[in-house]
Amino acid sequence: MIRFLIVVALLLLLGVGAYFYLNRTDVSDGTAPQVVGAPPSADVLARGEYLAKAADCTACHTLPGSAKAFAGGVPFKLPFGTIYSSNITADEATGIGSWSDDDFVRAVREGVRKDGKHLYPAFPYTSYTQLSRSDVLAIKAYLFSLPKAPQANKANDLSFPYNQRWAMGFWNAAFFKSQRFTPDPSQSPQWNSGKYLTIALGHCAECHTPRNLGFGLEHGNELAGEELQGWRAYNITSDPTHGIGAWSDSDIASYLTTGHADGRGSASGPMAEAVENSLRFLNSADAAALVTYLRTVPAHEGKDPITIDTEAAPVMASNQAAQGGDSANADNVGLHLFEGACASCHQWNGKGQQTPYASLLGTRGVNDVRGTNVTQILLHGSSLHAEGPNIFMPGFGDAYSNTEIAALTNYVIGHFGNKQGAVTPDDVAQRRKQL
Amino acid sequence: MLSLSVNGQSYPVDVPDDMPLLWVLRDVIGLTGTKFGCGIAQCGACTVHVDGQAVRSCVLPVGSLGNKAITTIEAVGNTPSGQKIQQAWLDVDVVQCGYCQSGQIMSAAALLQRTPNPNDADIDAAMSGNICRCGTYVRIRAAIKQAATGRPELLQTIVSAPEGASS
Amino acid sequence: MKRQDDPIDPGRRKALQSGGLAIAFLWLGGAGTAAAMINARRQPSDAAVALADGNPPFAPNAFIRIDTSGAVRLVMPSVEMGQGIYTGCSMLLAEELGVGLDQITVEHSPPSDELYGIPALGGQITGGSTSTRSTWQVLREAGAVARTMLVTVASAEWHVDPSTCTVDRGVVHHASSGRSLGFGALAAAAGKLPMPDKVQLTDPKNFKLIGKPMRRVDSPDKIKGAAQFGIDVRVPGMKIATVAACPTMGGKLVDVDDKAARAIPGVVQVLRLDNAVAVVGEHFWAARQGLQALNITWDRGANAALTTQQLRDALADSARNGSSIVATDVGSRPTQGTTVESEYQSPMLAHATMEPMNATVFVTSDKCEIWTGTQVPMRAVEEAAKITGLSNDKVIVHNQYLGGGFGRRLETDWVEQAVALAKQVSYPLKVIWTREEDIRHDRVRPMYHDRISAVLDADGKPAWYGYRTSGSSVLARFAPMAMGKNGLDSDAVECVDEVPYDIPAKKVEWIRHDMPEGLVTGWWRGVGPTHNLFVVESFMDELAHHVGKGPLEYRRALLQKNPRTLAVLNLAAEKIGWSGQPLPARVGRGIALGEPFGSRVCAIVEAEVTPQGEVRLRRVVVALDCGIAVNTSSIEAQVQGGLLFGLSAAMFSGITIRDGAIEQSNFNDYRNLRINEAPMVEVHRVVNVEPPGGLGEVGTAIAAPALANAIFAATGVRLYTLPVDRDLLVKNSDALKSVVSTAAVHEGRNLT
Ligand code: FES
Ligand code: FES
Repeated sequence: MIRFLIVVALLLLLGVGAYFYLNRTDVSDGTAPQVVGAPPSADVLARGEYLAKAADCTACHTLPGSAKAFAGGVPFKLPFGTIYSSNITADEATGIGSWSDDDFVRAVREGVRKDGKHLYPAFPYTSYTQLSRSDVLAIKAYLFSLPKAPQANKANDLSFPYNQRWAMGFWNAAFFKSQRFTPDPSQSPQWNSGKYLTIALGHCAECHTPRNLGFGLEHGNELAGEELQGWRAYNITSDPTHGIGAWSDSDIASYLTTGHADGRGSASGPMAEAVENSLRFLNSADAAALVTYLRTVPAHEGKDPITIDTEAAPVMASNQAAQGGDSANADNVGLHLFEGACASCHQWNGKGQQTPYASLLGTRGVNDVRGTNVTQILLHGSSLHAEGPNIFMPGFGDAYSNTEIAALTNYVIGHFGNKQGAVTPDDVAQRRKQL
Repeated sequence: MLSLSVNGQSYPVDVPDDMPLLWVLRDVIGLTGTKFGCGIAQCGACTVHVDGQAVRSCVLPVGSLGNKAITTIEAVGNTPSGQKIQQAWLDVDVVQCGYCQSGQIMSAAALLQRTPNPNDADIDAAMSGNICRCGTYVRIRAAIKQAATGRPELLQTIVSAPEGASS
Repeated sequence: MKRQDDPIDPGRRKALQSGGLAIAFLWLGGAGTAAAMINARRQPSDAAVALADGNPPFAPNAFIRIDTSGAVRLVMPSVEMGQGIYTGCSMLLAEELGVGLDQITVEHSPPSDELYGIPALGGQITGGSTSTRSTWQVLREAGAVARTMLVTVASAEWHVDPSTCTVDRGVVHHASSGRSLGFGALAAAAGKLPMPDKVQLTDPKNFKLIGKPMRRVDSPDKIKGAAQFGIDVRVPGMKIATVAACPTMGGKLVDVDDKAARAIPGVVQVLRLDNAVAVVGEHFWAARQGLQALNITWDRGANAALTTQQLRDALADSARNGSSIVATDVGSRPTQGTTVESEYQSPMLAHATMEPMNATVFVTSDKCEIWTGTQVPMRAVEEAAKITGLSNDKVIVHNQYLGGGFGRRLETDWVEQAVALAKQVSYPLKVIWTREEDIRHDRVRPMYHDRISAVLDADGKPAWYGYRTSGSSVLARFAPMAMGKNGLDSDAVECVDEVPYDIPAKKVEWIRHDMPEGLVTGWWRGVGPTHNLFVVESFMDELAHHVGKGPLEYRRALLQKNPRTLAVLNLAAEKIGWSGQPLPARVGRGIALGEPFGSRVCAIVEAEVTPQGEVRLRRVVVALDCGIAVNTSSIEAQVQGGLLFGLSAAMFSGITIRDGAIEQSNFNDYRNLRINEAPMVEVHRVVNVEPPGGLGEVGTAIAAPALANAIFAATGVRLYTLPVDRDLLVKNSDALKSVVSTAAVHEGRNLT
């Protein structure tokens, strides 16, 4: 992040004129393409609710397990400190009850709050800027229809200079462009709707698009995958090898709305939250629109591309109850841990026992030789409340050492991905600190 | 209304699809030999056979079962491997408090079914998901081997079963 | 506190001398309410109990029922929690009665102090290694009474002298005339006979069962899933509840929003207590779903900010500076010589019995029935009476098989909670704790901070040792009257006030350091000895190392006046091949020796420590001198099981507290040894007819120091805290930078 400082310093030199030029605001209302699941604007509350879900306001503004919806206080650990989300209920004193429509629209689309101070881009105004004014106001109407939750905002815990909100003006000048969504007339309405869902509401790029040195999104490399808060958001471009080009439409739709696609994987970590709080509420037409758009995202290999072995030899040699081949590796620490704590759900044939969500064969996690997400799931567990039974895996971080987690991750990568895992105990120690 | 096939008998049960088999067996059907130990597939106390495979019933939604054959500890003795395992369990005197043993026996019977002569690594692979707090592991290992080979396994103080010993 | 069906000895010397729990029960004995206790002969209340128990034609006392088919049922005065007491008691009865263990069935006793009360305990209680010792004489006599009566009937029918008759496997024989009659044929007539005044007990050298490795009587049911544990009880009309108590120790319930919970199909109702909420369902699943849907507001109370570190710091301070109660002060501390001093810490520990806490309770206006597995049915009765306002005799406890005790079921907290909940409803209520609840609301083994020091003489032998142990007192809460005159908790210093070694002078002090209110500490599988032996035996190794001696020879030199304990040391060393081939790098053997619970035991653990600090248990050899034995198979099983229980704790376990709540919750974070991590445990017994010692906790108490010493031998790192801190065992930091082994080579894969 030293480099970020340099960027900030350089920008200072560029001068005030450039600053204001680059910070200019698109004042147009914008028009949204059709979003099938959102009832027409007449029923503004229902529309607002659907859009608020599609925009996943809950993930950041409701503490998991809290009865106070949208009261904020959710921590975000970033490399430069911790940010807490704010209360967006209509409570006048602690929430946004006193905000006018214009105040709200400006905050959502420009990242500037009522008092004129800049918001941090942990709040995805960089994506929401594409939203139409009427959609933003529908969301506001919905939020204001909910119970007010008096709960004071928590002060952020950021170090200098990141605690200087004004500096975000420079960041915006460099990386943020205020602009509305413009439909592409050469594409189908469905495609346009999918794009709006992807880039504006769903703000998928915030996690899936690689970031540059200044923490801005790398344009031209959209959705090619990035690592954030210790989790890897995978490449979701149309690249058939490293992205999701080889997935069927129903694979993608199923993954988005249920958190699982057979032979492809199950959502966990932040993606599980996105499915749970947001994507599963999309109706089938909107999910299909999302798929249509994602299919057209230009293929990119992305950083540390993952190549999936869908027929990993060790798995093919195994049955559901025992690993194949000889037992000469019985001394392997990872195998020992797997047979004790993991096999009864995941099985050696990678199919998953009690639920297909536990299947491992063909997933990106076990084919990522750095084992990023496998490590996170082992340390912290995973849970997904979608349709049907709750899906969960307990975390093992508190009782298992870094060495054990590393050995287990490498075993899983070896067995289910047929690759040499590269996880060291030190890597696990690092990842422990990340959440 | 679901219909479950348990120990060769069919049971109509009126329960939600996502209810784990364990609780259907214990609280609805009334077969309490299958035990609850953790509820998160970590201890193996709830192990049953579904189509002959050892499965943790505490996390197995009944809705996914269809008419697959479920076997519990109450009937595993009707299978050849279950019968052998139970006999070895008696011969080696494995049991202590006994609470984990339904699950241990179900796991061991499934093992013997597919691997008639398991080595230590096979035993580890099949049995490591079953926790025993009383610490009967040494005898579990011995009993599985004895069930497989018919030969008494090394134990230090059980020299022989004297007259009058139950069998 | 779980103990083996102790081997027995009529003239036992060390009877109840050792163990805080045993002493607690001694006190209970003093305050016991029952006028009569178990008796080999029929008592006034026998008739009613036998009538309720199928009215067998022959029921000569509270323990034996024989009907006309010859079926023999034995009623157990104690409860079975894995320790094998049902087998031990059955062996005593069957030996004298003249039946095989395969010919009997066992029954839990109904509640009755008069018929099943253990004299030393003042009631029908199982614990403290008292069962066999208290029943040894009376149960054999009970068997002999029955046999005598059966023989009397047969000999009268045959007109022969009873002394010419023999009994074998349920049949009375008259050898010279070749006649015989089964018990069934004799039962009705025997039932009408008066009680014999005197009976002849079998000469021990003619024992057919006692002293042999007998198979357990409870196994046949347990391997078929037919044994009924508390959690398996099904009462007509019963509903099932599960509970959430305030996670913070001592916190209270403020409010609960149960709207969502009540909407779940199968949820019956939501019940509230002062500090807990329960959801009742048609089945456990509905109840649990309901519990998860509750929105509960807690008053987290005075402990809301409590952490383990605060407790640990305070404990350390009291060990160093607190004012103590002196347990032993013999001789004086030499002014000359080298002083060695160390401090050790032991963590809080959960029980995690395999069967989570549960109780089924039906409260009506004039009765409270309880089905549960408890080691203290009397206490359960008293507590339930207090809560329901009924008198003791209106409370009926149906005891069940216990899915593990380990001392957890000496408490009654979950029974009290279940009664308080059941009182609110009109149907029988089964309350089952989730595993999470079971661990978060355990009554943990206390944490300790111990400071040990020694002054070495010119030969390097300790001339004096000093010990200051600080921890909370379980005894003080459990049985305050059992505390020593000067306020000493004898359990706190067990195995350190007396050590096997020849050390001329010592001073042993205890600092009572109570935990904050709400953090209740309880019995475990051994309490005092489980940490004291860890400290003393680790320290013996430290001393040996300090003077450049091997751990075996150093101990041997100090045991010259203690041949019995020296013998177990030598036996264990011989069996593991101590002086054989040198061990590979980072493999070590550790010795621990002690005299816990009246037995003498030596464990040698062989362990390997990987460069990344992981510990692999390779092998354990135990040598044991526990005096004479009832069931040698049980002895081995108890030592193996106890040892693995102790190793599991030493390797992985520690309860920690954050924000006033226990952080661990289930087997994913309260880890337990699995079969692929468990070593082979060989048990070798010194066979003698010395008075017996305890067993169930012996293996547990000796495990941790043997492991710590093995790790020291393998790595040179001394562990002063438990559980094993693997970070300390890393060979060098580079070991953590490299990829840990993968299965590539062995799986024969083609790496891409
Ligand atoms: S109860 Fe199912 S594995 Fe523990
Ligand atoms: S026998 Fe008690 S838990 Fe296994």
